[in-house]
Amino acid sequence: MAGSERDMRDAGPGAPGPREPGSGSGVLRQTARSQYLKESSLRALFLACASVAVMGVALIFLFVGLRGWAIFAKVGVVDFLFGSTWLPTEGEFGIWPLIFGSFAVTIGALLLGAPLAIGTAIFLSEVASPRVRSILRPAVELLAGIPSVIYGFFGLIVLRPIIADMSGGLGFGLVTGWLILAIMIVPTISAISEDALRSLSPGIREASYAMGATKWQTIYKVLVPAAKVGIIDAVILGMGRAIGETMAVLMVIGNAPVVPAGVSEPFSTLTTTIVLDMAYASGDHRTALFGMAIILFLISMVLVALVRSLSRFGKQVG
Amino acid sequence: MIESRLHGGAAHGSDEVEAADKLSVTDLDFYYGDFQALAGVTVGVKERATTAFIGPSGCGKSTFLRCFNRMNDLIPGTRLTGRITLDGEDIYAPGVDPVDLRRRVGMIFQQPNPFPMSIYDNVAYGPRLHGVKKKARLDDIVQQSLERANVWREVKDILGRGGLTLSGGQQQRLCIARVLAVRPDVLLMDEPCSAIDPTSVQKIEDLMAELESEITIVIVTHNMQQAARVSQFTAFFLQEETNEPAELVEYGRTAELFTSPEDKRTEDYITGRFG
Repeated sequence: MAGSERDMRDAGPGAPGPREPGSGSGVLRQTARSQYLKESSLRALFLACASVAVMGVALIFLFVGLRGWAIFAKVGVVDFLFGSTWLPTEGEFGIWPLIFGSFAVTIGALLLGAPLAIGTAIFLSEVASPRVRSILRPAVELLAGIPSVIYGFFGLIVLRPIIADMSGGLGFGLVTGWLILAIMIVPTISAISEDALRSLSPGIREASYAMGATKWQTIYKVLVPAAKVGIIDAVILGMGRAIGETMAVLMVIGNAPVVPAGVSEPFSTLTTTIVLDMAYASGDHRTALFGMAIILFLISMVLVALVRSLSRFGKQVG
Repeated sequence: MIESRLHGGAAHGSDEVEAADKLSVTDLDFYYGDFQALAGVTVGVKERATTAFIGPSGCGKSTFLRCFNRMNDLIPGTRLTGRITLDGEDIYAPGVDPVDLRRRVGMIFQQPNPFPMSIYDNVAYGPRLHGVKKKARLDDIVQQSLERANVWREVKDILGRGGLTLSGGQQQRLCIARVLAVRPDVLLMDEPCSAIDPTSVQKIEDLMAELESEITIVIVTHNMQQAARVSQFTAFFLQEETNEPAELVEYGRTAELFTSPEDKRTEDYITGRFG
């Protein structure tokens, strides 16, 4: 205790605390001790905050894992992941159609949404005047604040009939899901991409213009390549958002656990099946839902690992 | 009045025959929004010679330099009146493409600003913009430019490495190579040596001496010794009152301006009495 007290005083020659002129060294020691207690309890408090998050992840993983692992043992990893029939009430636990659905809707949404979002980011960061930016950016951010059930409503009431007219079906399916998800991931991808562009050193913009490059040449030959690690990060995070999205997707995809025959045929995803089945599932069916949760968990872990290794890579290059 | 002073005294290294004005400025006023930064500047920049702009911080010499390649166009709310010509052509005339102007008037900045790409790609950037595609031709240009920028020996084996991995001084010479690769007529240097190590400063001053015979150089510098070493002509700028525009106080051959300045304010500045 005495040692750490001395440390405190050594570490902070200008440390706060009342230093009345003429006060003795005893007063100084008292102040330092209370200061030390405050500091160390704050440190403990923040450590506790951080630990709660980590514990949360660990506990959830443990819980999901314990409840779900049995399905892998029972059905077999390959039959579970790649079995093509999902008829849980009749003992068929192949989730391939659901994995396919999750990835199909996500990848399509990324193909539509990522260029839109990156274009938005480039416009906001490089092209728009400050006034236009001050209007447009909050509008884009607002997209992130809309509850996903509202997106679902919009998709169901507005988009679905249009798709139905064009395709002849009911309009539940991949196309409707793509359009809705594409809009939903724009704010994520554009905010992070814009950050990446704006954090580039302003010197390279000037340098490019001074070399006689046009604005467009500067954007696509210098700025976008320089920000590419950040932009790829943004797309991966957008992918995480898309693959985990449940409510809006659930409302527009028709929910049939099959690999759809066309882009306007009903299908299901991992998340929508968990939500819909959880209410009534029991026994192996319930275990299978937890098994699907494990798969979702693994997918997002891979995505996070990708982002982390990319930003390390980015640091090495920059 | 300026012309009359130009004929006495020999500046170092240059011949007695006066070169033509490469850049000529007439009655230039410059504004940032409502604030007038420069007033009534009239000056000529000689071809194939080095001209230094000196003066205390904030006296508008960098602003003035950036008028020559219209970099100030990129800052919203700036405007200027008066006339600047390059080889007799008004560079602010309607219809003049600033992009094309900047290909002829290159610029080096205070902070080295290589692109986050390889050394090779940095130097090849300009030529590629202008349509050079052949690998052999690009290789030639890259080597030549790096040689002229006095940095080839240090980087010739690491051309594929990122430009940002070099030291600050090497980065600045890489930037010079990048500009030289498009063969500009004029090289504007905005305090190119204020952020780098002394060895590199020496190398940059050496390369300036070598380039002088083929290119017109305008350098803004805080360092009067540097101005005296590298330039044949010097212009002294001064902002006398805060919030008043800066003016060109005196312009002349460097040797004369530093030894027998005509204006009392120039004398005070170069003898270190202010600024």
